[in-house]
Amino acid sequence: MRDTNTYMDSVHRDGRIWNIGMMLLLILFPVSVAFLFGAAPDWGALALGLLATAPMYWAVGIIETFTFVPMLGAGGSYLSFVTGNISNLKLPCALNALEQNEVSASSEEGEIVSTIAIAVSSIVTTVIILIGVICIVPLTPILEAPVLEPAFAQMLPALFGGLGVAFVSKNWKIAVAPVVLMLILFIFVPALNAGTVGIMVPVSVLFTIAVSRILYQKGVL
Amino acid sequence: MVFSVNHPLLFLLALIPVVGVLAQSVYFLVKALRRGREIGMDAGKIRKTVRTAAIFTIAPAVSIVISVITLSKTLGIPLPWLRLSVVGSLSYEAIAASNALGAMGLELGKVGSLTAQQYVNITLVMTISIMVGIWLVPVVCKRLLGGMSRLGARDAKWADIFQSAMFIGMIAAFLGYVFCDFSRLWAPVEGYSPTSGLVPVCVMAVSAFVMLLCGLAMKVLKWSWVNDYALPISLVLGMVSAIPITAWLG
Repeated sequence: MRDTNTYMDSVHRDGRIWNIGMMLLLILFPVSVAFLFGAAPDWGALALGLLATAPMYWAVGIIETFTFVPMLGAGGSYLSFVTGNISNLKLPCALNALEQNEVSASSEEGEIVSTIAIAVSSIVTTVIILIGVICIVPLTPILEAPVLEPAFAQMLPALFGGLGVAFVSKNWKIAVAPVVLMLILFIFVPALNAGTVGIMVPVSVLFTIAVSRILYQKGVL
Repeated sequence: MVFSVNHPLLFLLALIPVVGVLAQSVYFLVKALRRGREIGMDAGKIRKTVRTAAIFTIAPAVSIVISVITLSKTLGIPLPWLRLSVVGSLSYEAIAASNALGAMGLELGKVGSLTAQQYVNITLVMTISIMVGIWLVPVVCKRLLGGMSRLGARDAKWADIFQSAMFIGMIAAFLGYVFCDFSRLWAPVEGYSPTSGLVPVCVMAVSAFVMLLCGLAMKVLKWSWVNDYALPISLVLGMVSAIPITAWLG
């Protein structure tokens, strides 16, 4: 039996190869379009467009990487940062799997469970999107029906209601302070909304770690 | 060659990275399954993990399909299909496309048909701006997780608490987000009813209640199978409840 370190080393090696490969494939799309249709980019407009978009997303991307990697594990991180939809799909899916199997995220079993859950979720998502694209004409009137609109608009509250009960009930001493802080901030600071929740995740995580450390040192946890 | 946002060649070009994503997912799935077998993990538990993850993913994935449909009206089908199959989301892609077009003096949704050059600019802005995670994870992942392992070796109890604190911190931020429009009750916003901010709160409460019922079914009725489906059930019933709640509260 290979030892844990060898397995983890191979996950990091393969993950690096896959992610760099995927990065090249993603860049290949605009480059191929430009080449095949004889359309060079408008460089000035490209620079302006990047200036308006990239700094904010790079900052969020860097913060998300440092926040989510310790939660997702190695295999889960390499996959999730390629497939996207981390906080609204991949991470809840991994958390649910860890919870059901009663394994710690930092153990090797946790690493395996988290990777399996995220890989399956990525495959199912990709296949469903593919089916959606193939059947886009008949599906559009159904999925865009006004009656269904509120259901899909409220996916995040429906997701975190269930997930919140599962996690907060088991860790209520850790949860009280960050939940109260986030409620106060989101209710009373108008600038905080759906667009800024991604920025608030690391703030909340750091605050929760600090409170947990104090509670741990005082022997409450 | 005459360009159109739904040109067959674009479908073919988009298919290549989509197949790549699928291949990467299958590769890591097989690798984890093999390792699980090697270290003697319970095959039943692994099957349960696969089943639950697949069922849980269906509703969020359908909402991603809706985002593809929304974006396809201005960007054609291949680009949203590609962008939302890999790193991307409706809000991000819409902002990136809008900024890319804005830099050319145009407005998203008001351009009759995109030229190849405009399309190339949009795809480059989208791709370059969101690439950070893909290259940064290979750079920092091993070191970050090594730090977590060293923490565990020094103080196993604190390491467990640290991990739980990270999860709880993430969940707390989203619980707060659910209340972000709550203030409409005393500070009305034009175009929205004062009670509209209660809709996500009520949906969250329904989902939480369903989760509690699932927990009760497991403990009192000994329906252990409910454990596999508790999160997907609470998610779907919460989403369904949004239909009458929105009709009621606006």
